[in-house]
Amino acid sequence: MTLQLIAACDKVTQDAPYAYEGQGKKIAIYRVNNEFFATDNVCPHAYALMSDGFVEGETIECPLHGAVFNIRTGKCMGPPAESDLETYPVTVVDNKIFLHL
Amino acid sequence: MSKVKDIVIIGAGQSGGWAAKTLRDSGFTGSVQMIGNESHLPYERPPLSKQVLLGELGPGACQLWSQERLVELAIKVELGNHVERVDRASRQVVCRDGKSFHFDQLLLATGSRPRQLICEGAELQGVHYLRTIDDCLAIRANLGTAIRLVVVGGGWIGLEVASGLRARGAHVTVLEASNRLCGRSLPPSLSKYFLEQHVSRGVDVRLGARLKRFVGNGKIQGVELDDGSIVPATVVLVGIGALPNDELARSCGLDVGNGIVVDEHCRTLDPRIFACGDVADQPLGQGRGRLESWRNAQDQGVAAAKAMLGVGPITRELPWFWSDQFDINFQLLGIVPPDAQQYRKANASDNGFIDFFVQEGHLVAAAAINSPRELREAKRAIQKALPFSEDGLVLIEDQRSAPERQEREL
Repeated sequence: MTLQLIAACDKVTQDAPYAYEGQGKKIAIYRVNNEFFATDNVCPHAYALMSDGFVEGETIECPLHGAVFNIRTGKCMGPPAESDLETYPVTVVDNKIFLHL
Repeated sequence: MSKVKDIVIIGAGQSGGWAAKTLRDSGFTGSVQMIGNESHLPYERPPLSKQVLLGELGPGACQLWSQERLVELAIKVELGNHVERVDRASRQVVCRDGKSFHFDQLLLATGSRPRQLICEGAELQGVHYLRTIDDCLAIRANLGTAIRLVVVGGGWIGLEVASGLRARGAHVTVLEASNRLCGRSLPPSLSKYFLEQHVSRGVDVRLGARLKRFVGNGKIQGVELDDGSIVPATVVLVGIGALPNDELARSCGLDVGNGIVVDEHCRTLDPRIFACGDVADQPLGQGRGRLESWRNAQDQGVAAAKAMLGVGPITRELPWFWSDQFDINFQLLGIVPPDAQQYRKANASDNGFIDFFVQEGHLVAAAAINSPRELREAKRAIQKALPFSEDGLVLIEDQRSAPERQEREL
């Protein structure tokens, strides 16, 4: 597991999650107030990217079919998805976002 | 009402499936029995006119839950059986093969079926409808090579199939009897948009087409129009609308209008019987209607289950519908009132735009071409009833006279 530089913090806004692709993974980075979170970017229901989705408070809604997930926990909160999004711990150093991958 | 132990769901499609799942998710521990007349476990239909038809996905991709998951949830599914009647007095559902099921509560999720075209040659091999997995696989098996597809009906199903096969090189003709595409759900300016998209990609779209008969020798060879011309065809798809499967409800004395009449909690006039999905004639805005969409099937199934158990709150999302054609993702949110003002905002990327439909200063519906993010913002504005500003937007004028204008142009 390595610490991977993902993006500068200012690349991630409250309304527009940041899409990271690398190490064979697609990950979405979110900013909620001034905290950062990371989940799998691909919806477990059908192929769609959460980074194209719609942030409402601490939830992200899939742009394709409207499944809703909690950004902090990845927990699925509504159909049509059935399983949760995997989450990743985020480390912020010097206004840069790192993930343990 | 005495304690509910047995719940029967007639219809094992998407809406019935979501209702069954929601009963369990909400803690119902009695028996849940679904009865479906197809041979497939509950599935969703959108891929049938897209990836499954084109062979990119197998039909299994449509399935909502695996057999194992249904067993785990103790949802019993009786497949390939037809319900003959509902006896409300004895609370029995009786199937054609004589099997019967007792219910304390009953959910009618019987869906809809394609409207049949009655004309000479309609029985020829190669004349298809598209509703079920079996329909889809039958079309796939019939495609062959050097495809000449004739689509009868310029609605969503027809246009999706037309776009999918055209993109793979088929020769495609769309015959539409009226003067515009998707006239039931789109304002004229958007009908025109879809017409242009199909025509520019080589689909032969004929508006005002009058079909006389199908010609062939056992197998379809062409479609004859009333001017005597024949459009050659190796395969025909008829997509001229859907009819609600409301006969069971009618025959057991429930209120039936355009489908089974329900209130906002999916209740029929019998407090033990509920209905959801394509078959339900439900309150919509100021009026009533049926919604034949993926979103409604899911959400109303969930809502029906919660209403049956008396658990809330039941929040209904705005009606929402999408279609994928060529490289176009179209989404329609809300119900477009005929007298709404329509404003367009171009989207810099993907040749997209979003149309806002405004009534009395408020956004009531939105239609997005390749603009899902803008549509989400519109959703928030509709839900929060934010005041609408038309600054920087283009008014799409004169909706009502547009059809006539379009007809003259053509």
